[in-house]
Amino acid sequence: MSTVTVDTHAHAASAGHGHAGNFITTYVFSRDHKVIGIQFLFSSLIWFLIGGLLALGVRWQVAWPWSPMPVIGKALFAAQGGQIPPEYYTMLFTMHATVMIFFVIIPILAGAFGNFLIPLMIGADDMAFPTLNMLSYWFMWPAFLCLGASFFCAGHGAGAGWTSYAPLSVMQTAAPNSGMAQNFWLLAVTFVGISSMLGSVNYMTTIIQMRAPGMTMFRLPLTIWAMFITAVLQAFALPVLTAAGFMQLLDRLTGTGFFLPEGLVVNNSVAASGGGQPLLWQHLFWFYSHPAVYIMILPAMGMVSDMIACFARKPIFGYKPMVYSISGIAGLGFIVWGHHMFVSGMNPALGMTFMVSTMMIALPSAVKVFNWLGTLWGAKILFTTPMLFALSFVSMFIIGGLSGIFMAATPVDIFIHDTYFIVAHFHYVLFAGTAMGVFGAIYYWFPKMFGRTMNDAWGKVHFFLTFVLLNCVFFPMHILGARGFPRRLADPYHYQTFRHLQPLNEFMTWCAIAMVAAQIIFVINFFGSMFFGPKAGRNPWHANGLEWQAPSPPGHGNFDFQPVIYRGPYEYNSPEVETDYYPQTQPPPKDAARSTDAHEQGH
Amino acid sequence: MNKFWAILFLLVPVLGCATFIVGPYFNVWLPTDISTDGRMIDHLFYVILWLTGAVFVGTEVVLFLFLWRYDARRDDEPAKFTHGSHSLEVVWTILPAATLLFIAIYQMNAWALEKMDRPNIPPTAEVTGRQFEWRLRYPGPDGELYTQDDVTGVNELHLPVGEEILLIIKSQDVLHSFFLPVMRVKQDVVPGMKQYVWFKCTETGKYDIVCAELCGWGHYKMKGQLTVEPRADFDRWLAEQHVLQTATTDPSGDEE
Repeated sequence: MSTVTVDTHAHAASAGHGHAGNFITTYVFSRDHKVIGIQFLFSSLIWFLIGGLLALGVRWQVAWPWSPMPVIGKALFAAQGGQIPPEYYTMLFTMHATVMIFFVIIPILAGAFGNFLIPLMIGADDMAFPTLNMLSYWFMWPAFLCLGASFFCAGHGAGAGWTSYAPLSVMQTAAPNSGMAQNFWLLAVTFVGISSMLGSVNYMTTIIQMRAPGMTMFRLPLTIWAMFITAVLQAFALPVLTAAGFMQLLDRLTGTGFFLPEGLVVNNSVAASGGGQPLLWQHLFWFYSHPAVYIMILPAMGMVSDMIACFARKPIFGYKPMVYSISGIAGLGFIVWGHHMFVSGMNPALGMTFMVSTMMIALPSAVKVFNWLGTLWGAKILFTTPMLFALSFVSMFIIGGLSGIFMAATPVDIFIHDTYFIVAHFHYVLFAGTAMGVFGAIYYWFPKMFGRTMNDAWGKVHFFLTFVLLNCVFFPMHILGARGFPRRLADPYHYQTFRHLQPLNEFMTWCAIAMVAAQIIFVINFFGSMFFGPKAGRNPWHANGLEWQAPSPPGHGNFDFQPVIYRGPYEYNSPEVETDYYPQTQPPPKDAARSTDAHEQGH
Repeated sequence: MNKFWAILFLLVPVLGCATFIVGPYFNVWLPTDISTDGRMIDHLFYVILWLTGAVFVGTEVVLFLFLWRYDARRDDEPAKFTHGSHSLEVVWTILPAATLLFIAIYQMNAWALEKMDRPNIPPTAEVTGRQFEWRLRYPGPDGELYTQDDVTGVNELHLPVGEEILLIIKSQDVLHSFFLPVMRVKQDVVPGMKQYVWFKCTETGKYDIVCAELCGWGHYKMKGQLTVEPRADFDRWLAEQHVLQTATTDPSGDEE
């Protein structure tokens, strides 16, 4: 194999990409997967901030119900003397969850990292369908606008919970914010669905069809495996949510009665039709939204695996069991949705079945944890910022995974269902798990995205504060839940039995405020490093993955040589070579002897 | 500095366990149970807590030990070049699988008792959730529900102590959830569906009835009060209510 230094533009053009140089097609309506990925990254991070502020609103009310909100209270709730009105509180937790799930976690994993990494990691010059890819980003914008509009409707935004359970969400009379706000909410979720669907067909096709020579399925990095399985999950589960969303819209606007029982009267107003079943919404919603939970964790698991192998300087322990676990989680993920409905009124016999399948889904997760620990065994660990975030993912995912077993056990779930125990559980999975994994991934792939490295010392400060504070916010939720402290109450202390829990909640809110404030360090580091960070070479971490052989940042068309893959991505400290890493494109020693002009690895 | 990070990760199991140990001293733990079935649920909770607690401490401590021991700067031995171990994978697949299956099977009896084996007794009362209150209906002197002499009420549920109780729970408008924390009873109520809960209170007193499913802006204030009292007091209270209601012109109060 000789050094191929193809002009990036010629290379791109040969693959059929338009590359007119104007600003609009390069940076706005771009069809380049890297630009689209970074667009997804920026919009998700902005929504991350909005979602975080909404969470602070929730925390404010739980700690000090009805006390005037400082600074912004006067502006927002002048009529109430700066207090958060109760319907506004229902909006806060509804929108916090909606924003974090649909606008942050799903787009930042699949949209930002999926887009940016898939072609680079498999050795393709772009996605299989670049235009579709562009559309998948631009379909997020109607969603952004719809959800944004929802905030300005009566009631200041949808407030039926992110689960939008019928009939509360269906009957316009059920709540002050069940008018246009809910319609816009449904439209926003539908547009996110379209965006994800366009992305997922693209990812599946790209991963199956466009791998570089030698890149067999079992030489793919776990990130790509996770993205692939996630795309499959999305493709099969999303249509159900989209259909359910339309059914709810029809119920609301045209007088159908999919989710309304016969003769329903809500707040003195009679439903236009009936004969439906409120539980049907829950089944349809969770048929998507349970697999969505795995859509929100699998890609993070994949990225964390890559970071751990790189900074442990060791091959990933049990690569194939890791792949099978991802597939197992995805497969089982389709038959566990009923565990959200143990006390919903669903046939209790069904609860038994869902309990067994739900218990079993803990198994592949356990196997993954053991394999991460196996990877660290006998390693040479480099405590870089991305590694710390990756390690915290493992540590926190253990908590989130184990606490899930409590809810999976149907009798125990009777008590802890809809208490802070479940709030603790999913925040350990989604914030302490996925969001920490994403932070790690940003620090890890930042050099590839922007050609510069983020500051490691400030990264560690950011990690330390976030890690400590998140545990102060979320860990006490376990014991609050064990006390029976219910979620979604605008004033939990209305109940005598929960009044003594207020000081603990105040402590948690202070920590939450500090945690959001600590993210300023990240924002400054992010933008500062983008412009002033030290220039990174191709491979600043001495990693094996194919993406590290491309220039940083890669030009249009990605590679300035034709990548040929010789091995899996985790051959660190291989006895075959002197260095402690062994890039996927580096020919084995005997081949190297034959072709002395082997491609130089610049870094 | 690297040892610092290892210790930070050690703090996770240490402070995690400490939270669970300290919680009960500040009444931030399972509330005292006053029912016969609640004990069963608490027992299952503790079984899972001990099992998961052992795994939690075990895995987190192993993580700490590896971080402490396998620092990049050590030069005692090279990094182990291994791709895994088939036998280890088998062990750590089968062991958790067996444990999880055990947990699942171990729960089934309790679930059946709580939600499937409805006692064959006449219902003590009917509870109907509506925005934002609990409407109650007791059988009157004829001992039958849904007759002319039914006794009705709002939010003040009285029940006799030491007897098997069967409640019909319903919703009139949106979803609610009938939650008695001290008895580990929870059941969502769904408009158009009739559900049952059954339990036996073991101690007299006044307790909260909590709505545990988001039901609108006033969800937080959908509070009921449960009064558990000896049979004689309960009968006297019910008779008083009946007299009060027949004295007024509107005999039922909440006919729809």
